Amino acid sequence: MSNGGATHYLTAPLRWLARAADVPLRAWQRMTGQGGMIALFLLPNMAIFSIFVLIPLGMNALYSTTGGVEFFLADRPYVGGEHYARLMDCENYLEPRSCRDDMFWIAVWNTARFVIFQVGVMTLVAMITALILNRAIPAKAFWRAVFFFPVLLSPVVVGLIWRWILQRQGLANLAMFEMGLEPVNWLTDRFWAFFAAVGVSVWAHMGFYTLILLAGLQAIPRDLYEAAEMDGTPPFRVFYRITLPLLMPNLLVVLVLALIRAVQIFDEAYVLTGGGPGTSTMFMTQYIYESGFANLLRNPGLAAAASILMALVLVVLTLCQLWLSRRAGGDR
Amino acid sequence: MRWLVAKRGRTGDGRGWHWTDIATWVWLIGGTILMFGPAVWLVLSSFKTPAALAEFPPTLLPFAQQTVEVEGEQKPLYTVTLADGTVRTMAELRRVGIVAQMVDPDDPGAEPARVNIADRDPVREVDFATENYTEPFMRFDFFLFLRNSVFVTVMATIITLLTNSMAAFALSKYEFRGRNAVMLLIIATLMVPLSVILVPLYSVVAATGLMNNLWGVILPTVATPTGVFLLRQYMLTIPDELLDAARMDHASEWQIYWRIVLPLAAPALAVLAIFSVVWRWNDFLWPLVVLSRKELYTLQIGLNTYAGELNVQWHYILAMTVVAMIPVVLVFVFLQRFITAGIAGTGLK
Repeated sequence: MSNGGATHYLTAPLRWLARAADVPLRAWQRMTGQGGMIALFLLPNMAIFSIFVLIPLGMNALYSTTGGVEFFLADRPYVGGEHYARLMDCENYLEPRSCRDDMFWIAVWNTARFVIFQVGVMTLVAMITALILNRAIPAKAFWRAVFFFPVLLSPVVVGLIWRWILQRQGLANLAMFEMGLEPVNWLTDRFWAFFAAVGVSVWAHMGFYTLILLAGLQAIPRDLYEAAEMDGTPPFRVFYRITLPLLMPNLLVVLVLALIRAVQIFDEAYVLTGGGPGTSTMFMTQYIYESGFANLLRNPGLAAAASILMALVLVVLTLCQLWLSRRAGGDR
Repeated sequence: MRWLVAKRGRTGDGRGWHWTDIATWVWLIGGTILMFGPAVWLVLSSFKTPAALAEFPPTLLPFAQQTVEVEGEQKPLYTVTLADGTVRTMAELRRVGIVAQMVDPDDPGAEPARVNIADRDPVREVDFATENYTEPFMRFDFFLFLRNSVFVTVMATIITLLTNSMAAFALSKYEFRGRNAVMLLIIATLMVPLSVILVPLYSVVAATGLMNNLWGVILPTVATPTGVFLLRQYMLTIPDELLDAARMDHASEWQIYWRIVLPLAAPALAVLAIFSVVWRWNDFLWPLVVLSRKELYTLQIGLNTYAGELNVQWHYILAMTVVAMIPVVLVFVFLQRFITAGIAGTGLK
């Protein structure tokens, strides 16, 4: 964003517009004073924000309590809590087949399993990587970039790269072949497809969490370690007594952010497996998308009710984060 | 405890390698292979012909079989082990079952030799199948998809920067009633994911007539709370005295925003611009919902659609995946430090 070079010429029309806009805006300022200008500065963003975030947020409740396949609210009859009752109608919540909307509960339990595995594995891997990147290694910036690289890739690109590698005759099975093992149907076997989704998701996102943990590690004062070294404290003790407690605020942020994002898992998994084989990688967001739009028997009200239930989980997680970060912040 | 924070090179004090040094390098090198490997494999595969892609085990580099002209036609070349044990390079005229009729390309008039196909190997050399890249643009709609993606990304980023910075300016440089309420509202929605408002957002966009319109993809994404938050935090650090001095010189409020605050907030704007480009280029779920006409697909949606077809044409898909990766790789190579600084500082993504 320097003043010279290409940016200068690219932004020339914008600057010209801004200069032209000053004439009417100056008149507006004379008429309405500073208050009018504040309103004007806030208007574009807040208008777009209201129309596309706040109003839909409020409308969701209306959708979840009305029925039919129409999207226009006036055409939708009021049905009260029917959608919620349908979603929660279950003989045994642990057994999706005993539920009226078995798909919903399949998605719920798949998502729960996914969250546990993905967040667990990812936090562990990110932690180890951050500890290693915090050591005195040459070309630190390069190694940090290596682990960060997949974070920027689009979910479609991530999904397709791994579909190509995990396909029947792909690189993964070549590796199995070289090791003298039987090839595996990574994406068409119910068991492996789920773990493929977990692994690919860890691959794509761990770099982001590594950066947050690394920032935390770098903020730990070096003299603490030097003091511990003088006392001859064994290394594992140092880790538990110095590194871990001081890293706790960052670790909590990582855990909660990862949880919130894992609950919303959709795109990579959708491109990778399309929810299959069967329903083994069908997650909450895909359930909402499909029951609201994609299915022949679409039911926007049901999708809205499911999304509100998911929002409740996210709100609880967000509140946990606020509470934890405040507590962690207060400790310092 | 040097294994936790080594201060000078390797951890040992001239005592040679500690096991943690070895573990570190195994992790780093293994990590590099695992992180870069898949993308490198994608790029190498994207230059292979369909025949080479179907091979197992696959080769690392893209190879293509050599051909030679025999009597006006291109015929594939093979290294053949003949019945008498001699090894020659011959062209295949035709093949019936497991027997091929082969002829020496230098002596096409001779009687063709009958060769079992198990006794020959194709003659190959490294050859980049660049038609994987050109054909999707010429024969399929990928040029349109690319154009749509560029349009969405550029427009959304410009509007994001403009509206977010105006709001951030108002929220950081003026005292007014309700300011805290607005800030609270913005922070509260930081965590509202798209999937939670998917159904009502769809109907709002349908009601505004933006269905199957690229603006329907752009507008809902531009008022990012993250952007407002990031820019506001930065603008708070700009001293108010600068603004007061400008007012003394009869600058209008708009000029103060445009001529003073925006240039000073350039570092934060750069971070937001980079993030916005990456976000919008990579967007998937929302365009998938809004766009159902093929000529409006973005690159991501187009790729997913073609990759979801029954008969996946992997040679095109892989090449187009590489194209979809290019802008992000450029950002990564040239602007990575802005991003890492942004994440470490704000936890933004």
